[in-house]
Amino acid sequence: MSDLTDLGIRQIRDGVAGGDFSAREVAEAFNAAVAAAKPLNAFIVETPDHALAAADKVDQARAAGDTLPSMAGVPIGMKDLFCTRGVQTTAASHILEGFKPEYESTVSQKLWDAGAGMLGKLNLDQFAMGSSNETSYFGNVISPWRRNDGGNALLAPGGSSGGSAAVVAGRIAPGATGTDTGGSIRQPAAFVGISGIKPTYGRCSRWGTIAFASSLDQAGPMARDVRDCAIMLEAMSGFDPKDATSLDLPVPQWDAGLNASMAGKRVGIPREYRVDKMPEEIEALWQQGIAWMRDAGAEIVEVSLPHTRYALPAYYIIAPAEASSNLARYDGVRFGQRDLPEGANLQDMYAATREAGFGDEVKRRILIGTYVLSAGFYDAYFTQASKVRALIAQDFERAWESCDVLLTPTAPSAAFALGEKSADPLAMYLNDVFTVPSSLAGLPAMSVPGGLDKAGLPLGLQVIGRALDEQGVLNAALAIEERAGFTARPERWW
Amino acid sequence: MSVDTATVKRVAKLARIAIRDEEASRLAPELGNILGWIEQLGEVDTSSVQPMTAVIPNHLRLRDDVVTDGNIRAQVLANAPQAEHGFFTVPKVIE
Repeated sequence: MSDLTDLGIRQIRDGVAGGDFSAREVAEAFNAAVAAAKPLNAFIVETPDHALAAADKVDQARAAGDTLPSMAGVPIGMKDLFCTRGVQTTAASHILEGFKPEYESTVSQKLWDAGAGMLGKLNLDQFAMGSSNETSYFGNVISPWRRNDGGNALLAPGGSSGGSAAVVAGRIAPGATGTDTGGSIRQPAAFVGISGIKPTYGRCSRWGTIAFASSLDQAGPMARDVRDCAIMLEAMSGFDPKDATSLDLPVPQWDAGLNASMAGKRVGIPREYRVDKMPEEIEALWQQGIAWMRDAGAEIVEVSLPHTRYALPAYYIIAPAEASSNLARYDGVRFGQRDLPEGANLQDMYAATREAGFGDEVKRRILIGTYVLSAGFYDAYFTQASKVRALIAQDFERAWESCDVLLTPTAPSAAFALGEKSADPLAMYLNDVFTVPSSLAGLPAMSVPGGLDKAGLPLGLQVIGRALDEQGVLNAALAIEERAGFTARPERWW
Repeated sequence: MSVDTATVKRVAKLARIAIRDEEASRLAPELGNILGWIEQLGEVDTSSVQPMTAVIPNHLRLRDDVVTDGNIRAQVLANAPQAEHGFFTVPKVIE
Protein backbone atom coordinates (compact mmCIF):
# COMPACT_ATOMS: atom_id res chain seq x y z
CA MET A 1 0.00 0.00 0.00
CA SER A 2 1.27 3.46 -0.87
CA ASP A 3 1.97 5.86 1.95
CA LEU A 4 -1.36 7.07 3.30
CA THR A 5 0.15 10.46 4.13
CA ASP A 6 0.55 11.11 0.39
CA LEU A 7 -3.23 11.20 0.04
CA GLY A 8 -5.42 14.29 0.06
CA ILE A 9 -8.84 14.85 1.62
CA ARG A 10 -10.96 13.44 -1.21
CA GLN A 11 -8.72 10.40 -1.69
CA ILE A 12 -8.83 9.58 2.02
CA ARG A 13 -12.56 10.06 2.26
CA ASP A 14 -13.22 7.88 -0.80
CA GLY A 15 -10.66 5.26 0.26
CA VAL A 16 -12.21 4.94 3.71
CA ALA A 17 -15.74 4.78 2.26
CA GLY A 18 -14.63 2.18 -0.30
CA GLY A 19 -12.84 0.03 2.27
CA ASP A 20 -9.37 0.44 0.72
CA PHE A 21 -8.09 1.25 4.21
CA SER A 22 -9.61 2.06 7.58
CA ALA A 23 -9.94 5.51 9.08
CA ARG A 24 -7.86 4.24 11.99
CA GLU A 25 -4.98 3.33 9.65
CA VAL A 26 -5.12 6.84 8.20
CA ALA A 27 -5.15 8.46 11.63
CA GLU A 28 -2.23 6.31 12.78
CA ALA A 29 -0.20 7.21 9.69
CA PHE A 30 -0.73 10.93 10.17
CA ASN A 31 -0.21 10.73 13.94
CA ALA A 32 3.18 9.19 13.18
CA ALA A 33 3.96 11.97 10.69
CA VAL A 34 3.03 14.55 13.34
CA ALA A 35 5.25 12.89 15.93
CA ALA A 36 8.17 12.88 13.47
CA ALA A 37 7.76 16.54 12.48
CA LYS A 38 8.87 18.23 15.70
CA PRO A 39 11.74 20.14 14.00
CA LEU A 40 9.13 22.17 12.08
CA ASN A 41 7.54 23.34 15.36
CA ALA A 42 4.17 23.40 13.59
CA PHE A 43 2.08 22.13 16.49
CA ILE A 44 1.55 23.76 19.87
CA VAL A 45 -0.46 20.76 21.14
CA GLU A 46 -0.67 17.31 19.56
CA THR A 47 -3.95 15.42 19.92
CA PRO A 48 -3.41 11.90 18.53
CA ASP A 49 -6.22 10.51 20.71
CA HIS A 50 -8.71 12.92 19.20
CA ALA A 51 -7.75 11.77 15.70
CA LEU A 52 -8.02 8.11 16.68
CA ALA A 53 -11.38 8.52 18.43
CA ALA A 54 -12.86 10.28 15.40
CA ALA A 55 -11.45 7.58 13.12
CA ASP A 56 -12.88 4.74 15.21
CA LYS A 57 -16.29 6.39 15.10
CA VAL A 58 -16.09 6.52 11.30
CA ASP A 59 -14.95 2.90 11.04
CA GLN A 60 -17.85 1.81 13.28
CA ALA A 61 -20.33 3.85 11.25
CA ARG A 62 -19.06 2.25 8.06
CA ALA A 63 -19.27 -1.23 9.56
CA ALA A 64 -22.86 -0.49 10.56
CA GLY A 65 -23.66 0.52 6.99
CA ASP A 66 -24.35 4.18 7.82
CA THR A 67 -23.97 6.92 5.22
CA LEU A 68 -20.63 8.60 5.86
CA PRO A 69 -20.39 12.40 6.01
CA SER A 70 -18.23 14.49 3.63
CA MET A 71 -14.94 14.35 5.55
CA ALA A 72 -15.32 10.97 7.22
CA GLY A 73 -11.95 9.56 8.22
CA VAL A 74 -9.95 12.69 7.35
CA PRO A 75 -7.63 13.85 10.16
CA ILE A 76 -6.84 17.56 9.98
CA GLY A 77 -4.76 20.20 11.70
CA MET A 78 -6.62 22.92 13.61
CA LYS A 79 -5.14 26.41 13.73
CA ASP A 80 -4.78 27.31 17.41
CA LEU A 81 -7.11 30.26 16.95
CA PHE A 82 -10.18 28.00 17.06
CA CYS A 83 -11.48 27.15 20.52
CA THR A 84 -11.56 23.40 21.08
CA ARG A 85 -13.34 22.01 24.13
CA GLY A 86 -10.90 20.73 26.73
CA VAL A 87 -7.85 21.25 24.50
CA GLN A 88 -5.51 24.17 25.18
CA THR A 89 -6.23 27.13 22.88
CA THR A 90 -3.70 29.96 22.93
CA ALA A 91 -3.68 32.04 19.72
CA ALA A 92 0.09 31.44 20.14
CA SER A 93 0.15 33.97 22.99
CA HIS A 94 1.52 33.58 26.49
CA ILE A 95 -1.52 35.44 27.81
CA LEU A 96 -3.73 32.44 26.94
CA GLU A 97 -1.27 29.74 27.94
CA GLY A 98 -3.18 27.00 29.75
CA PHE A 99 -6.59 28.19 28.54
CA LYS A 100 -8.84 25.18 27.94
CA PRO A 101 -12.14 26.33 26.44
CA GLU A 102 -15.36 24.94 27.86
CA TYR A 103 -16.91 25.17 24.41
CA GLU A 104 -16.19 24.31 20.79
CA SER A 105 -15.94 26.84 17.95
CA THR A 106 -18.65 26.52 15.32
CA VAL A 107 -16.13 25.86 12.53
CA SER A 108 -14.34 23.06 14.38
CA GLN A 109 -17.64 21.52 15.50
CA LYS A 110 -18.84 21.47 11.89
CA LEU A 111 -15.66 19.67 10.85
CA TRP A 112 -16.08 17.05 13.59
CA ASP A 113 -19.71 16.64 12.53
CA ALA A 114 -18.44 16.03 8.98
CA GLY A 115 -16.36 13.11 10.27
CA ALA A 116 -12.95 14.80 10.53
CA GLY A 117 -10.57 14.24 13.43
CA MET A 118 -7.95 16.52 14.98
CA LEU A 119 -4.21 15.85 14.80
CA GLY A 120 -3.36 18.85 16.94
CA LYS A 121 -3.46 22.60 17.42
CA LEU A 122 -1.30 24.45 14.93
CA ASN A 123 1.18 27.20 15.66
CA LEU A 124 0.54 30.65 14.18
CA ASP A 125 1.59 34.25 14.48
CA GLN A 126 0.51 35.55 17.88
CA PHE A 127 -3.20 36.50 17.66
CA ALA A 128 -2.77 35.97 13.89
CA MET A 129 -0.69 39.16 13.70
CA GLY A 130 2.17 38.55 11.31
CA SER A 131 3.18 37.37 7.85
CA SER A 132 6.01 34.97 8.72
CA ASN A 133 4.96 33.05 11.85
CA GLU A 134 7.78 34.73 13.77
CA THR A 135 5.55 36.40 16.38
CA SER A 136 4.40 33.18 18.11
CA TYR A 137 5.19 32.87 21.82
CA PHE A 138 5.84 29.18 21.12
CA GLY A 139 8.62 29.80 18.60
CA ASN A 140 8.89 30.08 14.83
CA VAL A 141 7.34 27.55 12.51
CA ILE A 142 9.97 26.33 10.04
CA SER A 143 8.90 25.88 6.43
CA PRO A 144 9.41 22.35 5.10
CA TRP A 145 10.86 23.97 1.96
CA ARG A 146 14.52 24.78 1.39
CA ARG A 147 16.18 26.74 -1.37
CA ASN A 148 18.00 24.68 -3.98
CA ASP A 149 21.27 26.53 -3.37
CA GLY A 150 22.55 23.84 -1.05
CA GLY A 151 22.31 26.22 1.89
CA ASN A 152 20.19 25.33 4.85
CA ALA A 153 18.65 28.75 5.47
CA LEU A 154 15.49 28.29 7.50
CA LEU A 155 12.55 29.72 5.56
CA ALA A 156 9.35 31.32 6.76
CA PRO A 157 6.19 29.33 6.04
CA GLY A 158 4.30 32.63 5.78
CA GLY A 159 1.74 33.79 8.25
CA SER A 160 -0.30 33.97 10.11
CA SER A 161 -1.45 30.42 9.28
CA GLY A 162 2.17 29.21 9.19
CA GLY A 163 1.65 25.94 11.06
CA SER A 164 -1.29 25.09 8.80
CA ALA A 165 0.80 25.77 5.69
CA ALA A 166 3.80 23.79 6.93
CA VAL A 167 1.86 20.62 7.81
CA VAL A 168 -0.14 20.48 4.59
CA ALA A 169 2.95 21.08 2.42
CA GLY A 170 5.00 18.59 4.48
CA ARG A 171 2.38 15.80 4.15
CA ILE A 172 1.84 15.88 7.90
CA ALA A 173 -1.88 16.63 7.48
CA PRO A 174 -4.06 16.37 4.36
CA GLY A 175 -5.78 19.65 5.25
CA ALA A 176 -5.84 22.31 7.93
CA THR A 177 -7.97 25.20 8.99
CA GLY A 178 -6.69 28.71 8.47
CA THR A 179 -7.99 32.17 9.18
CA ASP A 180 -7.48 35.19 6.98
CA THR A 181 -7.69 38.79 8.15
CA GLY A 182 -5.44 40.41 5.53
CA GLY A 183 -4.00 37.41 3.70
CA SER A 184 -3.22 34.88 6.44
CA ILE A 185 -4.54 31.91 4.44
CA ARG A 186 -3.43 32.95 0.95
CA GLN A 187 0.11 34.20 1.57
CA PRO A 188 1.27 31.11 3.53
CA ALA A 189 -0.46 28.84 0.99
CA ALA A 190 1.55 30.57 -1.75
CA PHE A 191 4.81 30.31 0.23
CA VAL A 192 4.54 26.52 0.60
CA GLY A 193 2.90 25.52 -2.68
CA ILE A 194 -0.60 24.54 -1.51
CA SER A 195 -4.13 25.87 -2.09
CA GLY A 196 -6.14 27.97 0.31
CA ILE A 197 -9.37 29.92 0.06
CA LYS A 198 -10.78 32.75 2.12
CA PRO A 199 -14.54 32.71 1.50
CA THR A 200 -16.88 35.70 1.43
CA TYR A 201 -17.02 37.46 4.80
CA GLY A 202 -19.79 35.78 6.79
CA ARG A 203 -19.67 32.33 5.16
CA CYS A 204 -17.83 30.75 8.10
CA SER A 205 -19.02 31.55 11.59
CA ARG A 206 -16.61 33.52 13.73
CA TRP A 207 -18.10 32.09 16.93
CA GLY A 208 -15.40 30.51 19.05
CA THR A 209 -12.62 31.81 16.81
CA ILE A 210 -10.33 34.10 18.79
CA ALA A 211 -10.93 37.57 17.38
CA PHE A 212 -8.23 39.73 15.77
CA ALA A 213 -10.16 42.23 13.59
CA SER A 214 -13.81 41.23 13.56
CA SER A 215 -14.86 43.02 10.37
CA LEU A 216 -12.12 41.19 8.44
CA ASP A 217 -11.59 37.78 10.10
CA GLN A 218 -12.71 34.81 8.01
CA ALA A 219 -11.90 31.14 8.39
CA GLY A 220 -11.10 28.93 5.41
CA PRO A 221 -9.45 25.67 4.39
CA MET A 222 -5.85 25.03 3.36
CA ALA A 223 -5.28 21.81 1.42
CA ARG A 224 -3.27 20.24 -1.36
CA ASP A 225 -5.62 21.00 -4.23
CA VAL A 226 -8.65 23.00 -5.25
CA ARG A 227 -11.12 20.14 -4.92
CA ASP A 228 -9.98 19.35 -1.38
CA CYS A 229 -10.48 23.03 -0.51
CA ALA A 230 -14.01 22.90 -1.95
CA ILE A 231 -14.89 19.82 0.12
CA MET A 232 -13.47 21.28 3.32
CA LEU A 233 -14.98 24.74 2.80
CA GLU A 234 -18.42 23.16 2.39
CA ALA A 235 -17.97 21.41 5.72
CA MET A 236 -16.83 24.62 7.48
CA SER A 237 -19.45 27.03 6.10
CA GLY A 238 -23.02 27.75 7.05
CA PHE A 239 -25.33 30.03 8.97
CA ASP A 240 -24.76 30.35 12.69
CA PRO A 241 -27.14 32.37 14.86
CA LYS A 242 -24.29 32.82 17.39
CA ASP A 243 -22.39 35.13 14.98
CA ALA A 244 -24.23 38.39 14.25
CA THR A 245 -22.46 38.77 10.87
CA SER A 246 -23.01 35.16 9.76
CA LEU A 247 -24.67 34.96 6.32
CA ASP A 248 -28.11 33.34 6.50
CA LEU A 249 -27.74 31.55 3.16
CA PRO A 250 -27.61 27.90 2.13
CA VAL A 251 -24.11 26.47 1.55
CA PRO A 252 -23.63 25.85 -2.19
CA GLN A 253 -22.34 22.47 -3.38
CA TRP A 254 -18.96 23.80 -4.43
CA ASP A 255 -17.36 20.40 -4.90
CA ALA A 256 -20.13 19.11 -7.17
CA GLY A 257 -20.14 22.44 -9.03
CA LEU A 258 -16.43 22.42 -9.95
CA ASN A 259 -15.85 23.14 -13.64
CA ALA A 260 -12.48 24.14 -15.08
CA SER A 261 -13.84 25.58 -18.31
CA MET A 262 -13.54 29.35 -18.43
CA ALA A 263 -15.47 29.65 -21.71
CA GLY A 264 -17.59 32.79 -21.67
CA LYS A 265 -15.83 34.11 -18.55
CA ARG A 266 -13.91 37.37 -18.39
CA VAL A 267 -10.77 37.49 -16.28
CA GLY A 268 -9.74 40.95 -15.09
CA ILE A 269 -6.09 41.94 -14.71
CA PRO A 270 -5.81 44.91 -12.35
CA ARG A 271 -3.12 47.23 -13.62
CA GLU A 272 -2.42 48.68 -10.16
CA TYR A 273 -1.12 45.32 -8.95
CA ARG A 274 2.08 45.83 -10.92
CA VAL A 275 4.16 47.10 -7.99
CA ASP A 276 7.67 48.52 -7.83
CA LYS A 277 10.53 46.10 -7.27
CA MET A 278 8.34 43.07 -7.95
CA PRO A 279 10.67 40.20 -8.93
CA GLU A 280 10.63 39.34 -12.64
CA GLU A 281 9.67 35.79 -11.81
CA ILE A 282 6.43 36.95 -10.18
CA GLU A 283 5.59 39.02 -13.24
CA ALA A 284 6.45 36.04 -15.49
CA LEU A 285 4.21 33.73 -13.47
CA TRP A 286 1.40 36.27 -13.70
CA GLN A 287 1.76 36.35 -17.50
CA GLN A 288 1.79 32.55 -17.50
CA GLY A 289 -1.43 32.58 -15.46
CA ILE A 290 -3.01 34.92 -18.00
CA ALA A 291 -2.03 32.51 -20.78
CA TRP A 292 -3.54 29.59 -18.83
CA MET A 293 -6.80 31.51 -18.39
CA ARG A 294 -6.90 32.23 -22.11
CA ASP A 295 -6.20 28.57 -22.83
CA ALA A 296 -9.15 27.64 -20.59
CA GLY A 297 -11.39 29.78 -22.79
CA ALA A 298 -11.50 33.03 -20.84
CA GLU A 299 -11.44 36.51 -22.28
CA ILE A 300 -8.75 38.67 -20.64
CA VAL A 301 -9.63 42.29 -19.81
CA GLU A 302 -7.49 44.94 -18.18
CA VAL A 303 -9.24 46.63 -15.28
CA SER A 304 -8.39 49.43 -12.88
CA LEU A 305 -8.69 49.38 -9.08
CA PRO A 306 -7.53 52.96 -8.54
CA HIS A 307 -7.45 52.94 -4.71
CA THR A 308 -5.27 49.82 -4.41
CA ARG A 309 -2.28 51.70 -3.02
CA TYR A 310 -4.35 52.96 -0.10
CA ALA A 311 -5.53 49.50 0.93
CA LEU A 312 -2.53 48.66 3.12
CA PRO A 313 -2.49 51.91 5.10
CA ALA A 314 -6.29 51.67 5.56
CA TYR A 315 -5.89 48.09 6.73
CA TYR A 316 -3.17 49.07 9.22
CA ILE A 317 -5.61 51.49 10.82
CA ILE A 318 -8.74 49.36 10.77
CA ALA A 319 -7.18 46.04 11.83
CA PRO A 320 -5.17 47.42 14.80
CA ALA A 321 -8.15 49.56 15.86
CA GLU A 322 -10.41 46.51 16.00
CA ALA A 323 -7.64 44.47 17.63
CA SER A 324 -7.11 47.03 20.38
CA SER A 325 -10.79 46.74 21.20
CA ASN A 326 -11.02 42.94 20.88
CA LEU A 327 -7.91 42.32 22.96
CA ALA A 328 -9.15 44.49 25.83
CA ARG A 329 -10.74 41.31 27.21
CA TYR A 330 -7.33 39.89 28.20
CA ASP A 331 -7.10 41.47 31.60
CA GLY A 332 -6.18 38.60 33.89
CA VAL A 333 -9.63 38.33 35.42
CA ARG A 334 -11.76 35.77 33.57
CA PHE A 335 -9.27 33.55 31.72
CA GLY A 336 -5.65 33.25 30.77
CA GLN A 337 -2.58 34.41 32.64
CA ARG A 338 -2.56 36.90 35.51
CA ASP A 339 0.45 38.85 36.66
CA LEU A 340 -0.04 40.28 40.13
CA PRO A 341 3.02 42.09 41.42
CA GLU A 342 3.38 42.37 45.21
CA GLY A 343 1.08 45.10 46.53
CA ALA A 344 -0.46 45.80 43.11
CA ASN A 345 -3.94 47.28 42.78
CA LEU A 346 -6.43 46.32 40.07
CA GLN A 347 -5.09 48.76 37.47
CA ASP A 348 -1.52 47.62 38.12
CA MET A 349 -2.66 44.03 37.67
CA TYR A 350 -4.22 44.76 34.28
CA ALA A 351 -1.11 46.58 33.08
CA ALA A 352 1.33 43.96 34.39
CA THR A 353 -0.73 41.07 33.01
CA ARG A 354 -0.87 42.60 29.55
CA GLU A 355 2.79 43.64 29.64
CA ALA A 356 3.88 40.09 30.43
CA GLY A 357 1.27 38.30 28.32
CA PHE A 358 1.41 40.00 24.92
CA GLY A 359 4.30 39.75 22.47
CA ASP A 360 5.98 42.74 20.82
CA GLU A 361 3.96 42.74 17.58
CA VAL A 362 0.68 42.41 19.47
CA LYS A 363 1.63 45.34 21.73
CA ARG A 364 2.68 47.39 18.70
CA ARG A 365 -0.70 46.86 17.08
CA ILE A 366 -2.68 47.49 20.25
CA LEU A 367 -0.79 50.76 20.70
CA ILE A 368 -1.40 51.83 17.08
CA GLY A 369 -5.07 50.89 17.42
CA THR A 370 -5.41 52.75 20.71
CA TYR A 371 -3.69 55.80 19.20
CA VAL A 372 -5.88 55.98 16.07
CA LEU A 373 -9.03 55.59 18.15
CA SER A 374 -8.06 58.10 20.81
CA ALA A 375 -9.84 61.41 21.30
CA GLY A 376 -8.88 63.96 18.67
CA PHE A 377 -7.51 61.40 16.20
CA TYR A 378 -10.53 59.18 15.58
CA ASP A 379 -11.89 61.07 12.57
CA ALA A 380 -8.53 61.73 10.94
CA TYR A 381 -7.53 58.08 11.13
CA PHE A 382 -10.35 55.61 11.73
CA THR A 383 -13.19 57.43 9.97
CA GLN A 384 -10.95 58.30 7.03
CA ALA A 385 -9.79 54.67 6.77
CA SER A 386 -13.40 53.45 6.84
CA LYS A 387 -14.20 55.84 3.99
CA VAL A 388 -11.20 54.69 1.98
CA ARG A 389 -12.37 51.15 2.63
CA ALA A 390 -15.70 52.05 1.02
CA LEU A 391 -13.83 53.41 -2.02
CA ILE A 392 -11.81 50.19 -2.29
CA ALA A 393 -15.02 48.15 -2.24
CA GLN A 394 -16.44 50.47 -4.95
CA ASP A 395 -13.35 49.84 -7.09
CA PHE A 396 -14.16 46.13 -7.07
CA GLU A 397 -17.86 46.79 -7.79
CA ARG A 398 -16.86 48.75 -10.89
CA ALA A 399 -14.44 46.02 -11.97
CA TRP A 400 -17.25 43.44 -11.86
CA GLU A 401 -19.00 45.40 -14.61
CA SER A 402 -16.32 44.20 -17.03
CA CYS A 403 -15.06 40.91 -15.56
CA ASP A 404 -16.09 37.87 -13.52
CA VAL A 405 -12.92 37.16 -11.56
CA LEU A 406 -9.58 38.91 -11.05
CA LEU A 407 -6.19 37.25 -11.45
CA THR A 408 -3.14 38.56 -9.54
CA PRO A 409 -0.02 37.20 -7.88
CA THR A 410 -0.67 36.16 -4.26
CA ALA A 411 2.47 37.71 -2.74
CA PRO A 412 5.16 40.07 -4.03
CA SER A 413 7.94 37.52 -3.38
CA ALA A 414 8.62 33.86 -2.70
CA ALA A 415 9.18 32.74 0.89
CA PHE A 416 11.90 34.71 2.66
CA ALA A 417 14.30 33.43 5.28
CA LEU A 418 13.39 33.62 8.96
CA GLY A 419 14.79 36.83 10.43
CA GLU A 420 15.12 38.51 7.03
CA LYS A 421 12.23 40.92 7.52
CA SER A 422 11.41 40.71 11.21
CA ALA A 423 13.49 43.77 12.13
CA ASP A 424 11.33 46.14 10.08
CA PRO A 425 7.59 45.97 10.80
CA LEU A 426 6.72 48.08 7.76
CA ALA A 427 8.61 45.84 5.32
CA MET A 428 6.71 42.88 6.78
CA TYR A 429 3.36 44.64 6.36
CA LEU A 430 4.07 45.22 2.64
CA ASN A 431 3.93 41.46 2.10
CA ASP A 432 0.14 41.65 2.21
CA VAL A 433 -0.11 44.18 -0.63
CA PHE A 434 -2.06 41.86 -2.97
CA THR A 435 -4.22 40.13 -0.39
CA VAL A 436 -5.43 43.02 1.76
CA PRO A 437 -7.71 44.82 -0.76
CA SER A 438 -10.05 41.83 -1.19
CA SER A 439 -10.09 41.35 2.60
CA LEU A 440 -11.19 44.95 3.08
CA ALA A 441 -14.00 44.34 0.57
CA GLY A 442 -15.00 40.99 2.15
CA LEU A 443 -14.59 39.15 -1.17
CA PRO A 444 -13.76 35.47 -1.70
CA ALA A 445 -10.14 34.97 -2.79
CA MET A 446 -7.93 31.95 -3.28
CA SER A 447 -4.26 31.16 -3.76
CA VAL A 448 -3.25 28.27 -5.99
CA PRO A 449 0.33 27.17 -6.74
CA GLY A 450 1.62 28.24 -10.14
CA GLY A 451 5.25 27.17 -10.28
CA LEU A 452 8.69 27.44 -8.72
CA ASP A 453 11.15 30.30 -8.77
CA LYS A 454 14.87 29.98 -9.58
CA ALA A 455 15.61 29.02 -5.99
CA GLY A 456 13.13 26.15 -6.25
CA LEU A 457 10.50 27.81 -4.05
CA PRO A 458 6.76 27.86 -4.79
CA LEU A 459 4.94 30.90 -6.16
CA GLY A 460 1.19 31.35 -5.98
CA LEU A 461 -1.48 32.97 -8.12
CA GLN A 462 -4.52 34.61 -6.57
CA VAL A 463 -8.07 34.56 -7.89
CA ILE A 464 -10.51 37.11 -6.44
CA GLY A 465 -14.26 36.84 -7.06
CA ARG A 466 -17.53 38.65 -6.50
CA ALA A 467 -19.13 38.41 -3.07
CA LEU A 468 -20.72 34.96 -2.66
CA ASP A 469 -19.13 33.64 -5.87
CA GLU A 470 -16.76 31.11 -4.28
CA GLN A 471 -17.71 28.80 -7.14
CA GLY A 472 -16.31 31.18 -9.74
CA VAL A 473 -13.11 31.52 -7.71
CA LEU A 474 -12.72 27.75 -7.25
CA ASN A 475 -13.39 27.11 -10.94
CA ALA A 476 -10.79 29.62 -12.12
CA ALA A 477 -8.31 28.20 -9.60
CA LEU A 478 -9.04 24.70 -10.91
CA ALA A 479 -8.36 25.88 -14.47
CA ILE A 480 -4.97 27.14 -13.29
CA GLU A 481 -4.26 23.99 -11.29
CA GLU A 482 -4.96 21.72 -14.28
CA ARG A 483 -2.59 23.71 -16.47
CA ALA A 484 0.14 24.38 -13.93
CA GLY A 485 0.54 20.67 -13.19
CA PHE A 486 2.22 21.65 -9.93
CA THR A 487 3.58 18.48 -8.30
CA ALA A 488 6.65 19.86 -6.52
CA ARG A 489 6.86 19.05 -2.83
CA PRO A 490 9.49 19.69 -0.20
CA GLU A 491 12.04 16.96 0.25
CA ARG A 492 11.85 15.59 3.75
CA TRP A 493 14.75 16.77 5.93
CA TRP A 494 13.08 16.84 9.34
CA MET B 1 5.11 62.03 11.83
CA SER B 2 7.11 61.97 14.98
CA VAL B 3 5.94 60.26 18.12
CA ASP B 4 7.70 61.05 21.38
CA THR B 5 8.15 58.73 24.33
CA ALA B 6 5.60 60.68 26.39
CA THR B 7 2.99 59.92 23.74
CA VAL B 8 3.92 56.23 23.72
CA LYS B 9 3.55 56.12 27.49
CA ARG B 10 0.20 57.93 27.37
CA VAL B 11 -1.16 55.50 24.76
CA ALA B 12 0.23 52.51 26.66
CA LYS B 13 -1.58 53.74 29.75
CA LEU B 14 -4.83 54.01 27.78
CA ALA B 15 -4.23 50.47 26.51
CA ARG B 16 -3.47 49.22 30.06
CA ILE B 17 -0.04 47.92 29.13
CA ALA B 18 2.82 48.58 31.53
CA ILE B 19 5.82 49.94 29.67
CA ARG B 20 9.44 50.53 30.67
CA ASP B 21 11.31 53.65 29.65
CA GLU B 22 13.68 51.88 27.27
CA GLU B 23 10.74 50.13 25.61
CA ALA B 24 8.95 53.44 25.11
CA SER B 25 12.11 54.90 23.54
CA ARG B 26 12.40 51.91 21.21
CA LEU B 27 8.73 52.03 20.21
CA ALA B 28 8.54 55.79 19.59
CA PRO B 29 10.37 55.83 16.22
CA GLU B 30 8.71 52.55 15.18
CA LEU B 31 5.24 53.89 15.78
CA GLY B 32 6.25 57.19 14.20
CA ASN B 33 7.26 55.34 11.03
CA ILE B 34 4.07 53.36 10.84
CA LEU B 35 1.83 56.34 11.59
CA GLY B 36 3.76 58.45 9.07
CA TRP B 37 3.14 55.80 6.45
CA ILE B 38 -0.59 55.52 7.13
CA GLU B 39 -0.98 59.29 6.97
CA GLN B 40 -0.89 59.05 3.16
CA LEU B 41 -4.61 58.26 3.47
CA GLY B 42 -5.11 61.99 3.98
CA GLU B 43 -4.48 62.44 0.22
CA VAL B 44 -7.71 60.68 -0.67
CA ASP B 45 -10.74 62.89 -1.26
CA THR B 46 -13.47 61.26 0.79
CA SER B 47 -15.76 64.29 1.12
CA SER B 48 -18.65 62.51 -0.60
CA VAL B 49 -18.09 59.02 0.85
CA GLN B 50 -19.86 57.36 3.76
CA PRO B 51 -17.60 55.28 6.01
CA MET B 52 -18.07 51.57 5.47
CA THR B 53 -19.85 49.83 8.33
CA ALA B 54 -20.54 46.39 6.82
CA VAL B 55 -18.55 44.69 4.07
CA ILE B 56 -21.37 42.44 2.91
CA PRO B 57 -24.88 43.91 2.95
CA ASN B 58 -26.53 42.05 5.79
CA HIS B 59 -29.38 42.94 8.07
CA LEU B 60 -29.11 42.63 11.79
CA ARG B 61 -31.34 39.87 13.01
CA LEU B 62 -33.55 39.91 16.05
CA ARG B 63 -34.04 36.71 17.95
CA ASP B 64 -36.77 35.78 20.37
CA ASP B 65 -36.20 37.42 23.74
CA VAL B 66 -35.75 34.21 25.67
CA VAL B 67 -33.01 32.77 27.84
CA THR B 68 -30.95 30.34 25.76
CA ASP B 69 -28.27 29.33 28.24
CA GLY B 70 -27.35 29.67 31.89
CA ASN B 71 -26.65 27.51 34.92
CA ILE B 72 -23.09 27.02 33.75
CA ARG B 73 -21.28 28.83 36.56
CA ALA B 74 -18.59 26.19 36.90
CA GLN B 75 -17.80 26.41 33.19
CA VAL B 76 -17.72 30.21 33.25
CA LEU B 77 -15.27 30.15 36.14
CA ALA B 78 -13.24 27.15 34.99
CA ASN B 79 -10.46 29.22 33.41
CA ALA B 80 -10.37 32.05 35.94
CA PRO B 81 -6.87 32.77 37.29
CA GLN B 82 -8.55 33.15 40.68
CA ALA B 83 -12.13 32.40 41.72
CA GLU B 84 -13.71 32.11 45.15
CA HIS B 85 -17.24 31.34 46.34
CA GLY B 86 -18.53 31.32 42.77
CA PHE B 87 -17.05 34.69 41.84
CA PHE B 88 -14.08 36.01 39.88
CA THR B 89 -11.72 37.60 42.35
CA VAL B 90 -9.43 40.60 41.87
CA PRO B 91 -7.23 42.70 44.19
CA LYS B 92 -9.17 44.88 46.58
CA VAL B 93 -10.38 48.07 44.82
CA ILE B 94 -11.93 49.90 47.81
CA GLU B 95 -9.85 50.61 50.91
